[in-house]
Amino acid sequence: MASHTANSTESDTRTVVFRIWRGDVNGGQFVVYPVEVTQGMVVLDCVHKIQAEQAQDLACRWNCKAGKCGSCSAEINGKPSLMCMTRMDMMPVGEEIMVEPMQAFPIIRDLVTDVSWNFEVKKKIKPFKPRKPDNADGSWTVYQADVERAQEFRKCIECFLCQDVCHVLRDHHKHDEFIGPRSMVFTAALEMNPLDTEDRLADLKNRDGIGYCNITKCCTKVCPEHIAITDNAIIPLKERVVDEFYDPITRLFRMFRPKS
Amino acid sequence: MSALDKYIVTEHDVLIIGAGGAGLRAAVESSAHGVRTAVICKSLLGKAHTVMAEGGMAAAMGNVDDRDSWEVHFADTMRGGGYLNNPVMAEHHAREAPSRVRELESWGAVFDRTKDGKILQRNFGGHRYPRLAHVGDRTGLEMLRTLQDHGIHQGLDIYMEMTVAALLTSGGRVVGAYGYDRERGRMRVWRAGAVVLATGGIGKAFRITSNSWEYTGDGQALAYEVGAELQDMEFVQFHPTGMVWPPSVRGILVTEGVRGEGGVLRNSEGRRFMFDDIPELYRNQVAKDEDEGWRYVTGDKHAQRPPELLTRDHIARCINREIKAGRGSPHGGVFLDIGWIKERMPNASEHIKKKLPSMYHQFKELAGVDITAEAMEVGPTTHYVMGGIRVDGNTQMCNIPGLFAAGEVAAGLHGSNRLGGNSLSDLLVFGQRAGEHAAKFAKSNPAADVDVAQLERETARALEPFDRPNGENPYSIQHDLQNVMQDLVGIVRTQSEMEQALDRIGGLNARSEKTGVVGHREFNPGWHTAIDLRNLLTVAEAVTRAALDRKESRGAQFRDDFPTKSDECSTFNTVISKGGDGAMKLERRPISKMRPELTAIIEKNK
Ligand SMILES: Cc1cc2nc3c(=O)[nH]c(=O)nc-3n(C[C@H](O)[C@H](O)[C@H](O)COP(=O)(O)OP(=O)(O)OC[C@H]3O[C@@H](n4cnc5c(N)ncnc54)[C@H](O)[C@@H]3O)c2cc1C
Ligand code: SF4
Ligand code: SF4
Ligand code: FES
Repeated sequence: MASHTANSTESDTRTVVFRIWRGDVNGGQFVVYPVEVTQGMVVLDCVHKIQAEQAQDLACRWNCKAGKCGSCSAEINGKPSLMCMTRMDMMPVGEEIMVEPMQAFPIIRDLVTDVSWNFEVKKKIKPFKPRKPDNADGSWTVYQADVERAQEFRKCIECFLCQDVCHVLRDHHKHDEFIGPRSMVFTAALEMNPLDTEDRLADLKNRDGIGYCNITKCCTKVCPEHIAITDNAIIPLKERVVDEFYDPITRLFRMFRPKS
Repeated sequence: MSALDKYIVTEHDVLIIGAGGAGLRAAVESSAHGVRTAVICKSLLGKAHTVMAEGGMAAAMGNVDDRDSWEVHFADTMRGGGYLNNPVMAEHHAREAPSRVRELESWGAVFDRTKDGKILQRNFGGHRYPRLAHVGDRTGLEMLRTLQDHGIHQGLDIYMEMTVAALLTSGGRVVGAYGYDRERGRMRVWRAGAVVLATGGIGKAFRITSNSWEYTGDGQALAYEVGAELQDMEFVQFHPTGMVWPPSVRGILVTEGVRGEGGVLRNSEGRRFMFDDIPELYRNQVAKDEDEGWRYVTGDKHAQRPPELLTRDHIARCINREIKAGRGSPHGGVFLDIGWIKERMPNASEHIKKKLPSMYHQFKELAGVDITAEAMEVGPTTHYVMGGIRVDGNTQMCNIPGLFAAGEVAAGLHGSNRLGGNSLSDLLVFGQRAGEHAAKFAKSNPAADVDVAQLERETARALEPFDRPNGENPYSIQHDLQNVMQDLVGIVRTQSEMEQALDRIGGLNARSEKTGVVGHREFNPGWHTAIDLRNLLTVAEAVTRAALDRKESRGAQFRDDFPTKSDECSTFNTVISKGGDGAMKLERRPISKMRPELTAIIEKNK
């Protein structure tokens, strides 16, 4: 039997000072809340504790408390993070913890932002269009090795932390011209699905602004699902766009052998 | 100025409340029938509970073991449910699940594959053959995302972050719903010809649960208020394996997939205690030793399952027994060990990370435990409610014309205990059926006028807590209720404790009339909690009353004072409705008759 290393049974309690941004479209400020923290707590637990004991109306989103739904995104000490996966014992001892809403989206209230733009962008991306089924029962024959790449991208929990950190959106506000890393991952999942027959390369180049990405990899660093956003999704998509539009040989070749 | 001016009013043919697997599948179907379809959900789109499902969806496709068939799936489901299931639903479910799963693939789901390129299926408790189509241990995410991404191109009207607080009825049928948007707190009315409830479960009534804040029994309670019947509410599933440490993650689910991949349960003495107690009903289907168990999980068709893959109710009770007997783990659970498989296979560590990536991640990040090397500590957690709105097994309509229910909020398919993986397939099969029949109903029943007086009453009720800034804290009432249910109506139940619980719920009901909230109506979780509380109290009372009335132990219900099954109790379903005097009324309704062919299938598979 594998041995179990219990961290510690007794729970050592300490007081941590939180500075949480409170406000709405009309502005706001950081409010200080001291919280009794016990072992194993995550930032979201502390926010809930504040809600239950000190500020009933403190707004935040959450659902699963286990890093699976991507609801509890916020910036903790300046870093875009999931509140439910940020453990208090990983935070510097003795320092205040600052929690604020994502900066790349309009504020609604406190830690809640208006992320509807992401949903609108997704709607514009051409949907999945499978080839005809391979088998009479309507199924396809596809091997594990062929779906692995798409599966990596489909792990995305739509936390939008990558969108939040990307300078093209965060600092340059190119929301109308650039769909952001999450939507690149979404497009890549479709493009690299072995059953899909749709072509999204022209859209990527013209409408979705793939050229804006200058491969800083900030998005990859914050992705809680550890998706290699830049290396596995964006760069290959960029290459496909280049092959399609700038490489005359590939283009000729494609004219005679359309995408299967 | 019309009386409706203070509300934002929209009109639809079919209104679907809930955007989990059941709600979205219903929406896709309804809109395919050419009617105007709207979906409402409390969270953002794509965040519903379904997203958290891990292990897989059950469908007898026979991709891994071709001896599987809908008949065996049907028999497994009925056996698991202690034969209180609605056989009509169990038959539809077993027959239709394979096509529903394949359909998901055609909408873009990317399942794990078998060596010969088919959808891979894994073992799960109570299923005779490997039956769960899956994607690692994030199957729910795959399912919900697929439905969401498909659904947004079907012309649905989607209302995110809005909560329905009442159903509207007129002339004996449902005519819409009333609620508010969480963002601004504006009051809304959705008028509709038919309404589908797909609001999920009630787990927030208990302290230790795998469920999120959304699971406050809204659908069950709202339907009850307008006269719908609730069935089998005593059957609440305690999943045997939730995290127990650290305290803040207590209750978070550890998928059964861990055991499906070969994980074993041990007590503090290192003993695989599940071998010590095999129920009669499963005697012929359990491995005789560890070796045979391992052969089963690795695909040997002649081997029987390890006892860790028995039904959830049984395992939860065995774990409870070990803990009570002082053979538990340091933090009050038992050990679940998957790392041991390295004795049996090369690259075990990689295999575990590949098959159970989110479990690996969850333990590593939340508990600091590397599951490829160390055992997990696990214990029972409130997980699922088998009971819910009583519906017609073909159409999913309840006793209120135009009101449909599908998914966890509906009762019938699972009887007294649900098999793992049978929920995700339930959502697809009955989401589809509810969507189809709601659309048909709406075609012949256009939206009708709503009763303005009812709206005024609801609004007054919803806003009351703002007049009492120093009133009762809704969070603390919720907290107290969770303790009552956990401690007095939990895994092991007795008459005296449940009577005490009813008493306490009465007291909490009174307190809930005096809740106070501070702040304003914009995204105010305190206010939202106060509104949801009413529903939570209703379902908690229903669970307790039904559990008290069923004087036996069956499926998920274990009564210390009646520790065995009773023949008398095998003849009825418990049905709860609102009596004319406003009090809760309980009836014993004879179980549904079964066609002789189905009885024969059950006999054959015994
Ligand atoms: C951690 C976990 C793992 C699981 N793993 C599996 C598994 O492997 N296999 C399996 O078969 N089952 C599994 N289950 C069970 C299964 O996931 C659920 O039973 C199922 O997803 C419920 O789906 P649903 O569509 O009925 O409801 P949900 O997905 O919960 O959706 C409910 C919807 O209703 C909305 N809603 C609720 N109340 C209101 C209201 N008042 N107004 C407006 N909207 C409202 C919510 O916002 C949400 O959109 C698991 C459950 C959990 C918690
Ligand atoms: S790599 Fe590209 S998409 Fe990612 S953060 Fe940098 S610029 Fe944005
Ligand atoms: S790609 Fe990663 S960071 Fe971006 S939304 Fe998805 S899970 Fe979040
Ligand atoms: S609450 Fe689901 S990701 Fe944090």
